Amino acid sequence: MITKAMKQGLTFAVVMAFLVGCSSSDSKKKPAPAPAPAPVVEKVEAPVVKQIANVVYFEFDKYDLTPESRAVLLAHAEKLKASSVAVRLEGHADERGSREYNMALGEKRAKAVRDFLVLQGVKAASLETVSYGEERPVALGHDEASWSQNRRVEVKY
Amino acid sequence: MKRFVLLFIVLLTGYAQAQLTNITISKGVDNPTRIAVVPFNYSGPKLAEDIPEIIRNDLNFSGQFESISVDKMISYPQSEAEIRYRDWKMINAEYLLIGGITLQSGRYIATYELFDVAQQKRVLIKNSVEGSDAQLRDMAHRISDKVYETITGIRGIFSTKIVYVEAFQKPAKYRLMLSDVDGARSRALLESKQPILSPVWSADGTRIAYVSFETNDPFIYVQNIATGRREQVTNFKGSLNGAPAFSPDGQKLALVLSKDGNPEIYVLDLATRVFTRVTNHFAIDTEPSWTADGSGIFFTSDRAASKAQIYKVTLATGQTERVTFDGEYNARGRVSPDGKSLIVVNRREGDTYHIAALDLKSGNLRVLTETNLDESPSIAPNGAMLMYATSSGGKGILAAVSLDARTKVKLPSKQGDVREPAWSPFF
Repeated sequence: MITKAMKQGLTFAVVMAFLVGCSSSDSKKKPAPAPAPAPVVEKVEAPVVKQIANVVYFEFDKYDLTPESRAVLLAHAEKLKASSVAVRLEGHADERGSREYNMALGEKRAKAVRDFLVLQGVKAASLETVSYGEERPVALGHDEASWSQNRRVEVKY
Repeated sequence: MKRFVLLFIVLLTGYAQAQLTNITISKGVDNPTRIAVVPFNYSGPKLAEDIPEIIRNDLNFSGQFESISVDKMISYPQSEAEIRYRDWKMINAEYLLIGGITLQSGRYIATYELFDVAQQKRVLIKNSVEGSDAQLRDMAHRISDKVYETITGIRGIFSTKIVYVEAFQKPAKYRLMLSDVDGARSRALLESKQPILSPVWSADGTRIAYVSFETNDPFIYVQNIATGRREQVTNFKGSLNGAPAFSPDGQKLALVLSKDGNPEIYVLDLATRVFTRVTNHFAIDTEPSWTADGSGIFFTSDRAASKAQIYKVTLATGQTERVTFDGEYNARGRVSPDGKSLIVVNRREGDTYHIAALDLKSGNLRVLTETNLDESPSIAPNGAMLMYATSSGGKGILAAVSLDARTKVKLPSKQGDVREPAWSPFF
C-alpha cells in the first residue's frame, strides 16, 4: 500500500511539475529574454504513466475545484474517455458543522467533480455521485491537518 | 427493489458493550435542591437494582437537585413516625424521601413518601408503583418523575429513552443504539459496516426514522421500536436521501432529496407514499423540522450568500422567511415543546460550533454550551434540558445542558464514538 501511495504521489508531482513548467505566471519577471527551458520531466518515466491520484481536495466550506484538482481530474478524464469504465465519485466533508448539511456539501463536491469530467467529454452516464458527508473521515484528528484530508472527493473505479 | 437487508440487523437484548457510563455533572445550578433519598425498607433476596440509588442519580442528572449520599445520613427512617427532622436539618436536606419494597405474588411494590424538612411536613401521600423484576429500573424512574414534578412543577423525563449512533474505526462499524435516558439497558437496533445517521422519533414514541448506507447508498428507513420491523421509505439512487423528520401527527415525513438537481425539502405522506416538494431554490435546503402544530417547517439553507442560516416555510402558502441572523452559521433548528425557542447549531465569527437557543419572538440568541464542536441537539420532551453531541479527549461523547444553560452534564461512553442523540417523547 505504501508503494502505491508513493507512486501516486510521484505521479501527482510529475503532473504538477509539468503544469508548473508550462505556467507563464511568474511574479518575479526577469529582464533577460532567455527562452524557457524544456521541462525536465520528459526523461523521467518512459511509458505513459497509468497511476493517477484518486482523491482531490477542497477548501473549507467550498466545493469549487482547485487548480491541483483540475490537473488530477484531467488525467482521469483522459482515462475515462479512452475506456468505458464506470466510476463512483464519493464526496466528503470535514467534521465541522451539522451532519446533514455536510452531506449536502459532500454532494456538491462530488457533483463539481462530475460536472468537470462531463465538460471534458466523459459520458455522464458513467459517473455515479454519492456523498458520505462527514461520516467516513480518513483522518481522525480535530485540527486542520485532519480536516484538510477529509474535505475530498474520491474517484472509485 | 425493496431489499430488506436483515443481514445487518442485530437485535441484542440485555446489556450491550458500549454503555454510557459515569454521568458527570460539570456544572449545576448555584443552589441545587438538596434531597435525601433514604435506603428503602426491604427484606428479602438481594434485588437486581438499587431503586433509591437510581432515584438519587436521576435527580442529580437534572442538575436541579443534589442527592445527599447515604454515608452522610444520620438515621434511616422507614416511616413518618421514625423521622427526626433535626437529623435532616443538620445535613441541610430540604426534602426527604422514604420508602419500602415488598414482593407480592411475584410482583414488586414500591411505596414512597416525600417530606419537606424545613416545614416538617408531608408533601406527598404514600404513593406506590409496581412491576416485575425486570421493571425495577422503570419503577425507580417513575418515582423520580413524581418527585421531580412535585417539587419543580415540571414533568420529569427520567422514564424517557434515547436513541444514538455509535461509531467504531478499524474496522468501521456503526450501531444505532436505544437506551434509557441515563444510558442503562442499551441495545442495538441496527448494526452496519456503513454509516447510520439522523435518527428521529415519531411523536408517539413507537417508531424511529433514520438514514442508513447499508446498501452502499443512503436511504431512509422507518423502524418500529417494539417489533424491530422496518421499511425502506426512499429509494432515490444518485441523490441525497436524508434528514427525516416525522410530522407532529406522525402521518408524514419531511426529508431531503437532491433528485431534482440540488438538495430540497420534500414531505412524504406515509399512507399514500406521495412525495410533495416544499422548497424550490438552487441553494442547499436541508435539515427540516416541524413547527409544533405541523403548519410549517424550519430548515437550513445557504441561499443567503452561501452561509447556512435557518428559514421557516409555511406549508399552506409556501411563504418562506429567514429566522436566524446572529452568527455566520446557523443550522439544524428544532423548536422547543412550548414553541418559544428554536435550538440551533450556531457559530459566531471567531468562535467554534455551539448549541444556542433562539427566542423566536425577540430574535435574541443565547449560546448554551461551552464545549467544542457541538452538534445534533435534541430537546427533552419537558423542554427543560437538551442532549447533544460533542468531543472530549478526542472521542465523541454526549452531553446535556439545561435550557437556561445553568446545568451541564457529560455522558462519556466506554467504547467508540457516540453521537446524534435523539431524545424520545413521553411514553
